[in-house]
Amino acid sequence: MPALNTSSLPDIIFMLLFFFMSVTSMKEVSYKVQFQNPQATELTKLEKKSLVRYIYVGTPTSEFRKQYGAETRIQLDDAFADKSEIGDYIVNERSAMKEQDQGLMIVSIKADKETRMGVISDIKQELRNAYALKISYAATQRTSY
Amino acid sequence: MAKKIPQINASSMADISFLLLIFFLVTTSMDVNQGLARRLPAPVPPDQKVDDTEINKRNLLVVKINSLNQLMVQGQEMDVKQLKEEAKKFIANTDDLANYPKLYEEDFGAPFGVIRYTKEHVISVQNDVDTQYQAYLNVQNELVAAYNELRDECARKYFHVGFNELDEEWQKKIQKIYPQKISEAEPKNYGGN
Repeated sequence: MPALNTSSLPDIIFMLLFFFMSVTSMKEVSYKVQFQNPQATELTKLEKKSLVRYIYVGTPTSEFRKQYGAETRIQLDDAFADKSEIGDYIVNERSAMKEQDQGLMIVSIKADKETRMGVISDIKQELRNAYALKISYAATQRTSY
Repeated sequence: MAKKIPQINASSMADISFLLLIFFLVTTSMDVNQGLARRLPAPVPPDQKVDDTEINKRNLLVVKINSLNQLMVQGQEMDVKQLKEEAKKFIANTDDLANYPKLYEEDFGAPFGVIRYTKEHVISVQNDVDTQYQAYLNVQNELVAAYNELRDECARKYFHVGFNELDEEWQKKIQKIYPQKISEAEPKNYGGN
């Protein structure tokens, strides 16, 4: 039996690789909270990644349940945070940005759809006080009611 | 006579690219970052009193969401599916009704001409501490949808194309005719349990 010619296999795999590289995006952080995005229809895409900072809100994942309980928590970057830390975080992140970009910063709130609005309102107040006024409520496209 | 160059063994190329492929599959995520874009009001200076009585009553559409995710619009219960139509009626006030916002006439230049629009309307969203995030976002979404539809209708009327296909200059004009004014009240506790 003649051997199967596999010389084009790398090319095929490379094509696959490039396809995945172009359609996916790098994970920003590893999630310590779990959340399911709410649904909406009037969505806008966040175009410039470098301008976006994320605030995650949800219940701790199972590995952190023991330590942090099942209450809704806030995650900034890679760690759990208190809502009072949001202001400092925003100010730090903003000063690390390029000067012409600082006014364009967008804060994306990625919260679980079951979250109570009390937590979200607190976050919004903190963002207001830190002058991070452009926000985006992360959501997925709703197909039907 | 040219010396024969030995072929490079490329059989491991496939393995290397497989490794790369799997690495990218693991570290990336498929979901695109999209969301409902909103703008927060600037913070109130601590020495300034919060004053929310200055808006004329007819210019104000109050949308309240209680802890059971029920909706109250202008003192009446409403389903979230009806909110968009109500908001559109409120923002446009095409029939110049007395309980809807006051209309102002302004010349926007060609091709709009003189247009009557509600310059001072405000939609106020108030929610309870226990309101579910999804319910709140539904309301925000419907209100943004109302504005988007009105702008789109305006674009189709004067330019026969959708709002998104217009030049930025015209988009700004239309945004001026339908200015997005969704105010979020300072958080209060409304109860409702």
